[in-house]
Amino acid sequence: MTTSTVSTPTAAKNGSPPRRRTGKRTTLLVLNTVSVVGGIGIWWLLALSGLQLPTPPEVLAKAVELAADGTLMEDLTASLGRVLAGFLLGSAAAIPVGFLMGWYTPARGLFEPWIQFFRTIPPLALLPLVLVLMGIGELPKVFVIFLAAFLACVISTYQGVVSVDRTLINAARVLGAKDGTIFLRVVVPASSPFILVGMRVGLGSAWATLVAAELLAAQAGLGSRMQQAQTYYDLATIFVSIVVIGVLGLVMDRLLLAAETKLTGWQERR
Amino acid sequence: MTTTTQETPRTMTDAAKISVRDTRKTFALKDEEFVALDGVSLDVADNEFVTVVGPSGCGKSTLMNIVAGLETPTSGEVLVDGAGVTGPGPERGVIFQQYALFPWLTVRKNVEFGLKVAGLPAAERRERAEHYVRLVGLEQFADALPKTLSGGMKQRCAIARAYAVNPSILLMDEPFGALDALTRVRLQEQLLETWSSEKRTVLFITHDVDEAVFLAGRVVVMAARPGRIHEVIDVDLPYPRTEEVRLSPEFGELRNRVWRAVYHQPAGR
Repeated sequence: MTTSTVSTPTAAKNGSPPRRRTGKRTTLLVLNTVSVVGGIGIWWLLALSGLQLPTPPEVLAKAVELAADGTLMEDLTASLGRVLAGFLLGSAAAIPVGFLMGWYTPARGLFEPWIQFFRTIPPLALLPLVLVLMGIGELPKVFVIFLAAFLACVISTYQGVVSVDRTLINAARVLGAKDGTIFLRVVVPASSPFILVGMRVGLGSAWATLVAAELLAAQAGLGSRMQQAQTYYDLATIFVSIVVIGVLGLVMDRLLLAAETKLTGWQERR
Repeated sequence: MTTTTQETPRTMTDAAKISVRDTRKTFALKDEEFVALDGVSLDVADNEFVTVVGPSGCGKSTLMNIVAGLETPTSGEVLVDGAGVTGPGPERGVIFQQYALFPWLTVRKNVEFGLKVAGLPAAERRERAEHYVRLVGLEQFADALPKTLSGGMKQRCAIARAYAVNPSILLMDEPFGALDALTRVRLQEQLLETWSSEKRTVLFITHDVDEAVFLAGRVVVMAARPGRIHEVIDVDLPYPRTEEVRLSPEFGELRNRVWRAVYHQPAGR
Protein backbone atom coordinates (compact mmCIF):
# COMPACT_ATOMS: atom_id res chain seq x y z
CA MET A 1 0.00 0.00 0.00
CA THR A 2 2.93 2.33 0.63
CA THR A 3 3.79 2.19 -3.06
CA SER A 4 0.47 3.72 -4.02
CA THR A 5 0.88 6.80 -1.84
CA VAL A 6 4.32 7.38 -3.26
CA SER A 7 3.41 7.03 -6.91
CA THR A 8 0.13 8.96 -6.88
CA PRO A 9 1.58 12.48 -6.76
CA THR A 10 4.02 11.81 -9.60
CA ALA A 11 1.22 10.35 -11.68
CA ALA A 12 -0.96 13.34 -10.93
CA LYS A 13 1.84 15.63 -12.02
CA ASN A 14 1.86 13.93 -15.44
CA GLY A 15 -1.74 14.99 -15.89
CA SER A 16 -0.87 18.67 -16.24
CA PRO A 17 -3.28 20.83 -18.35
CA PRO A 18 -1.69 20.73 -21.86
CA ARG A 19 -2.26 17.02 -22.36
CA ARG A 20 -5.02 16.52 -19.89
CA ARG A 21 -6.77 13.57 -21.54
CA THR A 22 -3.73 11.41 -22.12
CA GLY A 23 -2.41 12.49 -18.74
CA LYS A 24 -5.59 11.34 -17.05
CA ARG A 25 -5.42 8.00 -18.82
CA THR A 26 -1.83 7.45 -17.78
CA THR A 27 -2.76 8.29 -14.20
CA LEU A 28 -5.56 5.76 -14.28
CA LEU A 29 -3.33 3.11 -15.80
CA VAL A 30 -0.65 3.72 -13.19
CA LEU A 31 -3.24 3.50 -10.42
CA ASN A 32 -4.67 0.28 -11.91
CA THR A 33 -1.21 -1.30 -11.95
CA VAL A 34 -0.48 -0.10 -8.43
CA SER A 35 -3.77 -1.55 -7.26
CA VAL A 36 -3.18 -4.97 -8.85
CA VAL A 37 0.40 -5.25 -7.65
CA GLY A 38 -0.63 -4.00 -4.20
CA GLY A 39 -3.47 -6.51 -4.00
CA ILE A 40 -1.21 -9.43 -4.88
CA GLY A 41 1.26 -8.09 -2.31
CA ILE A 42 -1.40 -8.10 0.40
CA TRP A 43 -2.42 -11.63 -0.58
CA TRP A 44 1.21 -12.73 -0.33
CA LEU A 45 1.62 -11.05 3.07
CA LEU A 46 -1.54 -12.68 4.38
CA ALA A 47 -0.36 -16.10 3.11
CA LEU A 48 3.00 -15.63 4.84
CA SER A 49 1.42 -14.39 8.06
CA GLY A 50 -0.02 -17.80 8.82
CA LEU A 51 -3.44 -17.58 7.14
CA GLN A 52 -4.05 -20.85 5.31
CA LEU A 53 -3.63 -19.43 1.83
CA PRO A 54 -1.29 -20.58 -0.93
CA THR A 55 1.30 -17.94 -1.90
CA PRO A 56 1.28 -16.48 -5.43
CA PRO A 57 4.33 -18.56 -6.50
CA GLU A 58 2.61 -21.73 -5.29
CA VAL A 59 -0.49 -20.90 -7.30
CA LEU A 60 1.63 -20.11 -10.33
CA ALA A 61 3.46 -23.42 -9.98
CA LYS A 62 0.12 -25.21 -9.73
CA ALA A 63 -1.12 -23.45 -12.83
CA VAL A 64 1.97 -24.55 -14.78
CA GLU A 65 1.49 -28.09 -13.50
CA LEU A 66 -2.20 -28.21 -14.45
CA ALA A 67 -1.44 -26.73 -17.85
CA ALA A 68 1.39 -29.25 -18.44
CA ASP A 69 -0.68 -32.34 -17.70
CA GLY A 70 -3.57 -31.13 -19.83
CA THR A 71 -6.12 -30.83 -17.03
CA LEU A 72 -6.43 -27.06 -17.41
CA MET A 73 -7.00 -27.31 -21.15
CA GLU A 74 -9.59 -30.01 -20.67
CA ASP A 75 -11.44 -27.94 -18.07
CA LEU A 76 -11.24 -24.83 -20.21
CA THR A 77 -12.63 -26.60 -23.25
CA ALA A 78 -15.44 -28.16 -21.25
CA SER A 79 -16.44 -24.88 -19.58
CA LEU A 80 -16.07 -22.67 -22.65
CA GLY A 81 -17.94 -25.17 -24.80
CA ARG A 82 -20.89 -25.12 -22.42
CA VAL A 83 -20.97 -21.38 -21.95
CA LEU A 84 -20.63 -20.61 -25.65
CA ALA A 85 -23.27 -23.15 -26.65
CA GLY A 86 -25.71 -21.84 -24.05
CA PHE A 87 -24.92 -18.19 -24.69
CA LEU A 88 -25.11 -18.39 -28.49
CA LEU A 89 -28.34 -20.40 -28.43
CA GLY A 90 -29.79 -18.08 -25.80
CA SER A 91 -28.96 -14.90 -27.73
CA ALA A 92 -30.06 -16.43 -31.02
CA ALA A 93 -33.44 -17.23 -29.50
CA ALA A 94 -33.73 -13.97 -27.55
CA ILE A 95 -33.24 -11.60 -30.46
CA PRO A 96 -36.16 -12.80 -32.62
CA VAL A 97 -38.41 -13.21 -29.57
CA GLY A 98 -37.49 -9.71 -28.35
CA PHE A 99 -38.23 -8.29 -31.82
CA LEU A 100 -41.57 -10.10 -31.99
CA MET A 101 -42.52 -8.76 -28.57
CA GLY A 102 -41.60 -5.21 -29.48
CA TRP A 103 -43.18 -5.25 -32.93
CA TYR A 104 -46.38 -7.27 -32.46
CA THR A 105 -48.62 -6.64 -29.48
CA PRO A 106 -50.07 -10.20 -29.50
CA ALA A 107 -46.56 -11.67 -29.28
CA ARG A 108 -45.86 -9.40 -26.35
CA GLY A 109 -49.04 -10.49 -24.63
CA LEU A 110 -48.19 -14.16 -25.08
CA PHE A 111 -44.50 -14.09 -24.14
CA GLU A 112 -44.39 -11.46 -21.44
CA PRO A 113 -45.93 -13.33 -18.46
CA TRP A 114 -43.49 -16.23 -18.87
CA ILE A 115 -40.48 -14.03 -19.32
CA GLN A 116 -41.37 -11.84 -16.36
CA PHE A 117 -41.96 -14.92 -14.22
CA PHE A 118 -38.75 -16.75 -15.12
CA ARG A 119 -36.76 -13.55 -14.86
CA THR A 120 -37.35 -13.51 -11.12
CA ILE A 121 -36.00 -17.06 -10.70
CA PRO A 122 -32.21 -17.45 -10.75
CA PRO A 123 -31.63 -19.97 -13.59
CA LEU A 124 -29.58 -22.04 -11.18
CA ALA A 125 -32.63 -22.60 -8.98
CA LEU A 126 -34.08 -24.59 -11.85
CA LEU A 127 -31.09 -26.91 -11.94
CA PRO A 128 -32.50 -29.60 -9.60
CA LEU A 129 -35.62 -29.85 -11.74
CA VAL A 130 -33.65 -29.78 -14.97
CA LEU A 131 -31.28 -32.47 -13.69
CA VAL A 132 -34.19 -34.73 -12.88
CA LEU A 133 -35.81 -34.15 -16.25
CA MET A 134 -32.74 -34.13 -18.48
CA GLY A 135 -30.29 -36.40 -16.71
CA ILE A 136 -26.75 -35.51 -15.77
CA GLY A 137 -25.20 -35.10 -19.25
CA GLU A 138 -24.30 -31.83 -20.96
CA LEU A 139 -27.89 -30.96 -21.77
CA PRO A 140 -29.09 -29.70 -18.36
CA LYS A 141 -26.04 -27.46 -17.91
CA VAL A 142 -26.28 -25.98 -21.39
CA PHE A 143 -29.99 -25.51 -20.81
CA VAL A 144 -29.68 -23.42 -17.64
CA ILE A 145 -26.96 -21.33 -19.30
CA PHE A 146 -29.21 -20.90 -22.31
CA LEU A 147 -31.96 -19.71 -20.00
CA ALA A 148 -29.67 -17.24 -18.24
CA ALA A 149 -28.45 -15.72 -21.51
CA PHE A 150 -31.90 -15.75 -23.08
CA LEU A 151 -33.65 -13.94 -20.24
CA ALA A 152 -31.05 -11.19 -20.02
CA CYS A 153 -30.99 -10.60 -23.76
CA VAL A 154 -34.69 -10.86 -24.55
CA ILE A 155 -35.74 -8.04 -22.21
CA SER A 156 -33.05 -5.77 -23.56
CA THR A 157 -33.92 -6.48 -27.19
CA TYR A 158 -37.59 -5.83 -26.46
CA GLN A 159 -36.70 -2.53 -24.77
CA GLY A 160 -34.62 -1.62 -27.81
CA VAL A 161 -37.45 -2.24 -30.23
CA VAL A 162 -40.08 -0.29 -28.28
CA SER A 163 -37.77 2.66 -27.77
CA VAL A 164 -36.99 3.15 -31.47
CA ASP A 165 -37.61 6.82 -32.25
CA ARG A 166 -41.02 7.19 -33.95
CA THR A 167 -39.75 10.00 -36.18
CA LEU A 168 -37.12 7.65 -37.66
CA ILE A 169 -39.87 5.20 -38.57
CA ASN A 170 -41.96 8.05 -40.00
CA ALA A 171 -38.93 9.34 -41.91
CA ALA A 172 -38.52 5.91 -43.50
CA ARG A 173 -42.24 5.69 -44.28
CA VAL A 174 -42.33 9.03 -46.07
CA LEU A 175 -39.31 7.93 -48.10
CA GLY A 176 -41.46 5.08 -49.37
CA ALA A 177 -40.35 2.24 -47.07
CA LYS A 178 -42.85 -0.49 -46.25
CA ASP A 179 -43.03 -2.46 -43.00
CA GLY A 180 -40.44 -5.10 -43.94
CA THR A 181 -37.89 -2.51 -45.01
CA ILE A 182 -38.56 -0.38 -41.94
CA PHE A 183 -37.98 -3.40 -39.76
CA LEU A 184 -34.70 -4.41 -41.39
CA ARG A 185 -33.25 -0.99 -42.11
CA VAL A 186 -34.53 1.07 -39.19
CA VAL A 187 -35.72 -1.05 -36.27
CA VAL A 188 -32.86 -3.55 -36.34
CA PRO A 189 -30.00 -1.02 -36.51
CA ALA A 190 -31.72 1.36 -34.10
CA SER A 191 -32.10 -1.34 -31.47
CA SER A 192 -28.65 -2.88 -31.96
CA PRO A 193 -27.13 -0.96 -29.01
CA PHE A 194 -29.76 -2.47 -26.72
CA ILE A 195 -29.19 -5.95 -28.13
CA LEU A 196 -25.46 -5.74 -27.55
CA VAL A 197 -25.91 -4.52 -23.99
CA GLY A 198 -28.32 -7.41 -23.46
CA MET A 199 -25.76 -9.83 -24.87
CA ARG A 200 -23.10 -8.50 -22.52
CA VAL A 201 -25.37 -8.87 -19.51
CA GLY A 202 -26.39 -12.29 -20.84
CA LEU A 203 -22.80 -13.41 -21.16
CA GLY A 204 -22.01 -12.37 -17.60
CA SER A 205 -25.08 -14.16 -16.38
CA ALA A 206 -24.25 -17.26 -18.46
CA TRP A 207 -20.72 -17.41 -17.13
CA ALA A 208 -21.86 -17.10 -13.51
CA THR A 209 -24.50 -19.77 -14.03
CA LEU A 210 -22.02 -22.10 -15.73
CA VAL A 211 -19.53 -22.12 -12.90
CA ALA A 212 -22.25 -22.68 -10.32
CA ALA A 213 -23.81 -25.44 -12.41
CA GLU A 214 -20.47 -27.18 -12.66
CA LEU A 215 -20.02 -26.97 -8.93
CA LEU A 216 -23.24 -28.92 -8.54
CA ALA A 217 -23.02 -31.43 -11.31
CA ALA A 218 -20.17 -32.00 -13.71
CA GLN A 219 -17.25 -34.33 -14.37
CA ALA A 220 -15.04 -31.76 -16.05
CA GLY A 221 -14.87 -27.99 -16.16
CA LEU A 222 -13.42 -25.19 -14.07
CA GLY A 223 -16.23 -25.35 -11.53
CA SER A 224 -16.04 -29.09 -11.03
CA ARG A 225 -12.25 -28.89 -10.72
CA MET A 226 -12.73 -26.53 -7.78
CA GLN A 227 -15.31 -28.83 -6.31
CA GLN A 228 -12.86 -31.77 -6.44
CA ALA A 229 -9.99 -29.66 -5.10
CA GLN A 230 -12.17 -28.67 -2.17
CA THR A 231 -12.49 -32.30 -1.05
CA TYR A 232 -8.68 -32.71 -1.17
CA TYR A 233 -8.06 -29.37 0.53
CA ASP A 234 -6.12 -28.30 -2.59
CA LEU A 235 -6.28 -24.53 -2.20
CA ALA A 236 -3.79 -23.83 -4.98
CA THR A 237 -6.01 -25.51 -7.57
CA ILE A 238 -9.01 -23.55 -6.31
CA PHE A 239 -7.04 -20.33 -6.74
CA VAL A 240 -5.95 -21.29 -10.24
CA SER A 241 -9.58 -21.99 -11.19
CA ILE A 242 -10.80 -18.71 -9.72
CA VAL A 243 -8.17 -16.70 -11.57
CA VAL A 244 -8.85 -18.50 -14.85
CA ILE A 245 -12.61 -17.99 -14.49
CA GLY A 246 -12.08 -14.29 -13.80
CA VAL A 247 -9.67 -13.78 -16.67
CA LEU A 248 -11.85 -15.65 -19.16
CA GLY A 249 -14.95 -13.70 -18.10
CA LEU A 250 -13.06 -10.46 -18.49
CA VAL A 251 -11.69 -11.40 -21.92
CA MET A 252 -15.14 -12.37 -23.22
CA ASP A 253 -16.67 -9.17 -21.87
CA ARG A 254 -13.95 -7.07 -23.49
CA LEU A 255 -14.47 -8.84 -26.81
CA LEU A 256 -18.18 -8.03 -26.73
CA LEU A 257 -17.42 -4.48 -25.63
CA ALA A 258 -15.08 -4.07 -28.60
CA ALA A 259 -17.80 -5.41 -30.91
CA GLU A 260 -20.27 -3.02 -29.32
CA THR A 261 -18.01 -0.01 -29.81
CA LYS A 262 -17.42 -0.97 -33.42
CA LEU A 263 -21.06 -1.68 -34.25
CA THR A 264 -22.72 1.13 -32.33
CA GLY A 265 -20.12 3.89 -32.60
CA TRP A 266 -22.65 5.96 -34.55
CA GLN A 267 -24.57 6.70 -31.37
CA GLU A 268 -24.74 10.30 -30.28
CA ARG A 269 -23.44 10.65 -26.73
CA ARG A 270 -25.30 13.22 -24.72
CA MET B 1 -57.68 20.20 -62.05
CA THR B 2 -60.20 22.73 -60.94
CA THR B 3 -60.75 21.61 -57.40
CA THR B 4 -62.54 24.66 -56.16
CA THR B 5 -65.18 24.04 -53.56
CA GLN B 6 -67.86 26.42 -52.42
CA GLU B 7 -66.75 26.30 -48.80
CA THR B 8 -63.29 27.66 -49.54
CA PRO B 9 -63.70 31.05 -51.10
CA ARG B 10 -60.59 32.55 -49.52
CA THR B 11 -58.10 29.92 -50.50
CA MET B 12 -59.07 28.75 -53.92
CA THR B 13 -56.63 28.64 -56.76
CA ASP B 14 -57.06 27.29 -60.22
CA ALA B 15 -54.70 24.32 -60.37
CA ALA B 16 -54.50 22.79 -56.92
CA LYS B 17 -51.53 20.51 -56.30
CA ILE B 18 -52.66 19.94 -52.74
CA SER B 19 -56.29 20.32 -51.85
CA VAL B 20 -57.35 20.09 -48.22
CA ARG B 21 -61.13 19.86 -48.06
CA ASP B 22 -63.15 20.60 -44.97
CA THR B 23 -60.78 18.54 -42.88
CA ARG B 24 -61.49 17.89 -39.23
CA LYS B 25 -59.28 16.08 -36.76
CA THR B 26 -60.15 15.36 -33.16
CA PHE B 27 -58.23 13.61 -30.43
CA ALA B 28 -59.81 12.00 -27.40
CA LEU B 29 -58.50 13.55 -24.21
CA LYS B 30 -59.26 12.37 -20.69
CA ASP B 31 -62.75 13.83 -20.36
CA GLU B 32 -63.35 15.76 -23.57
CA GLU B 33 -62.43 15.69 -27.20
CA PHE B 34 -59.74 18.02 -28.44
CA VAL B 35 -60.43 19.58 -31.82
CA ALA B 36 -57.02 19.90 -33.50
CA LEU B 37 -58.48 20.92 -36.85
CA ASP B 38 -61.98 22.17 -37.46
CA GLY B 39 -63.16 22.36 -41.05
CA VAL B 40 -59.87 23.38 -42.61
CA SER B 41 -59.85 23.94 -46.35
CA LEU B 42 -56.78 24.99 -48.27
CA ASP B 43 -55.61 24.73 -51.87
CA VAL B 44 -51.93 24.93 -52.75
CA ALA B 45 -50.98 25.49 -56.38
CA ASP B 46 -48.23 23.64 -58.22
CA ASN B 47 -44.76 24.98 -57.28
CA GLU B 48 -46.24 27.38 -54.77
CA PHE B 49 -44.40 28.10 -51.54
CA VAL B 50 -46.94 28.31 -48.72
CA THR B 51 -46.06 28.84 -45.08
CA VAL B 52 -48.39 28.04 -42.23
CA VAL B 53 -47.95 30.04 -39.05
CA GLY B 54 -49.92 30.13 -35.84
CA PRO B 55 -49.81 29.80 -32.07
CA SER B 56 -49.09 26.42 -30.52
CA GLY B 57 -52.10 24.15 -30.49
CA CYS B 58 -53.51 25.59 -33.72
CA GLY B 59 -53.09 22.23 -35.43
CA LYS B 60 -50.47 23.26 -37.97
CA SER B 61 -48.37 20.14 -37.40
CA THR B 62 -51.49 17.99 -37.48
CA LEU B 63 -52.38 19.55 -40.82
CA MET B 64 -48.95 18.69 -42.17
CA ASN B 65 -49.09 15.13 -40.85
CA ILE B 66 -52.44 14.61 -42.54
CA VAL B 67 -51.13 15.89 -45.86
CA ALA B 68 -48.07 13.65 -45.38
CA GLY B 69 -50.35 10.68 -44.78
CA LEU B 70 -48.91 10.01 -41.32
CA GLU B 71 -52.25 10.78 -39.71
CA THR B 72 -55.78 10.29 -41.00
CA PRO B 73 -58.40 13.02 -40.71
CA THR B 74 -61.52 12.39 -38.63
CA SER B 75 -63.58 13.78 -41.50
CA GLY B 76 -62.92 15.57 -44.76
CA GLU B 77 -60.21 14.66 -47.23
CA VAL B 78 -56.91 15.66 -48.71
CA LEU B 79 -56.25 15.40 -52.42
CA VAL B 80 -52.84 15.41 -54.01
CA ASP B 81 -52.91 15.78 -57.80
CA GLY B 82 -56.62 15.09 -57.54
CA ALA B 83 -56.21 11.72 -55.79
CA GLY B 84 -57.14 11.09 -52.16
CA VAL B 85 -54.28 10.65 -49.69
CA THR B 86 -54.37 7.26 -47.95
CA GLY B 87 -50.83 7.08 -46.56
CA PRO B 88 -47.32 8.42 -47.03
CA GLY B 89 -45.92 8.42 -50.54
CA PRO B 90 -42.59 9.23 -52.16
CA GLU B 91 -44.16 12.11 -54.11
CA ARG B 92 -44.50 13.93 -50.78
CA GLY B 93 -41.14 14.50 -49.10
CA VAL B 94 -41.21 15.37 -45.42
CA ILE B 95 -38.63 17.29 -43.41
CA PHE B 96 -38.96 17.00 -39.65
CA GLN B 97 -37.95 19.47 -36.98
CA GLN B 98 -35.79 16.83 -35.29
CA TYR B 99 -33.92 16.09 -38.56
CA ALA B 100 -34.74 12.35 -38.25
CA LEU B 101 -31.51 11.32 -39.94
CA PHE B 102 -30.58 7.67 -39.54
CA PRO B 103 -27.67 8.02 -37.12
CA TRP B 104 -25.96 4.79 -38.25
CA LEU B 105 -25.75 5.95 -41.86
CA THR B 106 -23.35 8.50 -43.33
CA VAL B 107 -24.69 11.66 -44.99
CA ARG B 108 -24.42 9.98 -48.39
CA LYS B 109 -26.17 6.80 -47.23
CA ASN B 110 -28.91 8.86 -45.61
CA VAL B 111 -29.50 10.68 -48.89
CA GLU B 112 -29.46 7.35 -50.74
CA PHE B 113 -31.99 5.72 -48.37
CA GLY B 114 -35.13 6.58 -50.32
CA LEU B 115 -33.45 5.67 -53.60
CA LYS B 116 -32.50 2.28 -52.21
CA VAL B 117 -36.07 1.73 -51.08
CA ALA B 118 -37.20 2.62 -54.60
CA GLY B 119 -34.83 -0.06 -55.93
CA LEU B 120 -32.54 2.15 -57.99
CA PRO B 121 -29.26 0.58 -59.14
CA ALA B 122 -26.20 1.49 -57.04
CA ALA B 123 -24.50 3.66 -59.66
CA GLU B 124 -27.55 5.81 -60.26
CA ARG B 125 -28.18 6.05 -56.53
CA ARG B 126 -24.70 7.31 -55.94
CA GLU B 127 -24.90 9.83 -58.72
CA ARG B 128 -28.17 11.32 -57.51
CA ALA B 129 -27.06 11.38 -53.90
CA GLU B 130 -23.87 13.13 -55.01
CA HIS B 131 -25.92 15.78 -56.80
CA TYR B 132 -28.14 16.57 -53.85
CA VAL B 133 -25.34 16.43 -51.29
CA ARG B 134 -23.59 19.06 -53.42
CA LEU B 135 -26.80 21.07 -53.83
CA VAL B 136 -27.00 21.56 -50.06
CA GLY B 137 -23.26 22.12 -49.78
CA LEU B 138 -22.33 19.03 -47.79
CA GLU B 139 -19.94 17.42 -50.28
CA GLN B 140 -17.06 17.61 -47.80
CA PHE B 141 -19.13 15.72 -45.25
CA ALA B 142 -20.58 13.05 -47.53
CA ASP B 143 -18.93 10.25 -45.55
CA ALA B 144 -19.48 11.75 -42.10
CA LEU B 145 -21.90 10.30 -39.57
CA PRO B 146 -24.75 12.58 -38.41
CA LYS B 147 -23.32 12.77 -34.88
CA THR B 148 -20.39 14.79 -36.21
CA LEU B 149 -22.61 17.41 -37.90
CA SER B 150 -24.05 20.63 -36.51
CA GLY B 151 -27.81 21.12 -36.34
CA GLY B 152 -27.84 23.22 -39.50
CA MET B 153 -25.82 20.65 -41.41
CA LYS B 154 -28.10 17.86 -40.23
CA GLN B 155 -31.12 19.71 -41.55
CA ARG B 156 -29.38 20.36 -44.88
CA CYS B 157 -28.72 16.63 -45.09
CA ALA B 158 -32.40 15.95 -44.35
CA ILE B 159 -33.38 18.39 -47.12
CA ALA B 160 -31.04 16.59 -49.54
CA ARG B 161 -32.54 13.25 -48.50
CA ALA B 162 -36.07 14.50 -49.13
CA TYR B 163 -35.09 16.03 -52.50
CA ALA B 164 -33.27 12.90 -53.66
CA VAL B 165 -36.41 10.82 -54.16
CA ASN B 166 -37.66 13.62 -56.41
CA PRO B 167 -40.94 14.44 -54.67
CA SER B 168 -43.21 16.99 -56.27
CA ILE B 169 -44.20 18.24 -52.82
CA LEU B 170 -42.06 19.15 -49.82
CA LEU B 171 -43.71 19.21 -46.41
CA MET B 172 -41.57 20.91 -43.81
CA ASP B 173 -42.54 20.83 -40.14
CA GLU B 174 -40.73 23.68 -38.35
CA PRO B 175 -37.49 22.50 -39.93
CA PHE B 176 -35.41 25.38 -38.58
CA GLY B 177 -37.15 25.60 -35.22
CA ALA B 178 -34.28 24.09 -33.25
CA LEU B 179 -31.56 26.23 -34.82
CA ASP B 180 -30.01 29.46 -33.64
CA ALA B 181 -31.14 32.72 -35.27
CA LEU B 182 -28.10 33.17 -37.54
CA THR B 183 -28.08 29.61 -38.84
CA ARG B 184 -31.80 29.87 -39.36
CA VAL B 185 -31.50 32.95 -41.61
CA ARG B 186 -28.71 31.32 -43.60
CA LEU B 187 -30.73 28.12 -44.08
CA GLN B 188 -33.81 30.12 -45.15
CA GLU B 189 -31.75 31.71 -47.90
CA GLN B 190 -30.24 28.38 -48.92
CA LEU B 191 -33.64 26.73 -48.97
CA LEU B 192 -34.99 29.39 -51.32
CA GLU B 193 -31.92 28.98 -53.49
CA THR B 194 -32.44 25.22 -53.68
CA TRP B 195 -36.14 25.73 -54.29
CA SER B 196 -35.61 28.19 -57.12
CA SER B 197 -33.14 25.87 -58.87
CA GLU B 198 -35.45 22.86 -58.43
CA LYS B 199 -39.01 24.06 -57.98
CA ARG B 200 -41.35 22.06 -55.79
CA THR B 201 -44.65 22.68 -54.10
CA VAL B 202 -43.76 23.53 -50.51
CA LEU B 203 -45.93 23.52 -47.41
CA PHE B 204 -43.77 24.95 -44.65
CA ILE B 205 -44.91 24.99 -41.02
CA THR B 206 -43.33 27.54 -38.69
CA HIS B 207 -44.04 29.56 -35.57
CA ASP B 208 -41.71 32.35 -36.69
CA VAL B 209 -43.54 35.26 -38.35
CA ASP B 210 -40.40 36.63 -40.09
CA GLU B 211 -39.60 33.21 -41.49
CA ALA B 212 -43.18 32.74 -42.69
CA VAL B 213 -43.14 36.03 -44.62
CA PHE B 214 -39.59 35.74 -45.94
CA LEU B 215 -40.09 32.33 -47.55
CA ALA B 216 -43.66 32.35 -48.74
CA GLY B 217 -45.71 33.39 -51.67
CA ARG B 218 -48.66 33.02 -49.36
CA VAL B 219 -48.89 32.89 -45.57
CA VAL B 220 -51.66 30.89 -43.95
CA VAL B 221 -52.34 32.12 -40.42
CA MET B 222 -54.03 29.60 -38.19
CA ALA B 223 -55.90 30.04 -34.92
CA ALA B 224 -56.20 27.64 -32.00
CA ARG B 225 -59.05 26.06 -30.05
CA PRO B 226 -60.32 24.81 -32.36
CA GLY B 227 -57.49 24.70 -34.93
CA ARG B 228 -58.64 26.58 -38.00
CA ILE B 229 -57.48 28.92 -40.74
CA HIS B 230 -57.72 32.48 -39.50
CA GLU B 231 -56.42 34.47 -42.42
CA VAL B 232 -54.52 33.95 -45.65
CA ILE B 233 -52.10 36.72 -46.58
CA ASP B 234 -50.49 37.00 -50.02
CA VAL B 235 -46.83 37.95 -50.00
CA ASP B 236 -46.24 39.81 -53.25
CA LEU B 237 -42.52 40.35 -52.74
CA PRO B 238 -40.20 39.42 -55.59
CA TYR B 239 -37.98 36.31 -55.62
CA PRO B 240 -35.06 35.94 -55.15
CA ARG B 241 -35.57 37.14 -51.61
CA THR B 242 -32.40 38.90 -50.68
CA GLU B 243 -31.33 40.70 -47.56
CA GLU B 244 -32.56 43.82 -49.28
CA VAL B 245 -36.04 42.36 -49.44
CA ARG B 246 -35.83 41.34 -45.81
CA LEU B 247 -34.97 44.90 -44.77
CA SER B 248 -37.45 46.62 -47.08
CA PRO B 249 -40.44 48.57 -45.75
CA GLU B 250 -42.78 46.34 -47.80
CA PHE B 251 -41.47 43.28 -45.96
CA GLY B 252 -41.92 45.10 -42.67
CA GLU B 253 -45.50 45.96 -43.49
CA LEU B 254 -46.36 42.40 -44.39
CA ARG B 255 -44.57 41.11 -41.33
CA ASN B 256 -46.63 43.46 -39.16
CA ARG B 257 -49.81 42.31 -40.82
CA VAL B 258 -49.01 38.65 -40.24
CA TRP B 259 -47.89 39.45 -36.70
CA ARG B 260 -51.22 41.09 -35.91
CA ALA B 261 -53.07 38.17 -37.45
CA VAL B 262 -51.11 35.71 -35.30
CA TYR B 263 -51.01 37.57 -32.01
CA HIS B 264 -54.31 39.44 -32.01
CA GLN B 265 -56.75 36.73 -32.84
CA PRO B 266 -60.30 36.74 -31.60
CA ALA B 267 -60.78 34.34 -28.68
CA GLY B 268 -61.62 30.76 -29.58
CA ARG B 269 -65.18 29.63 -29.91
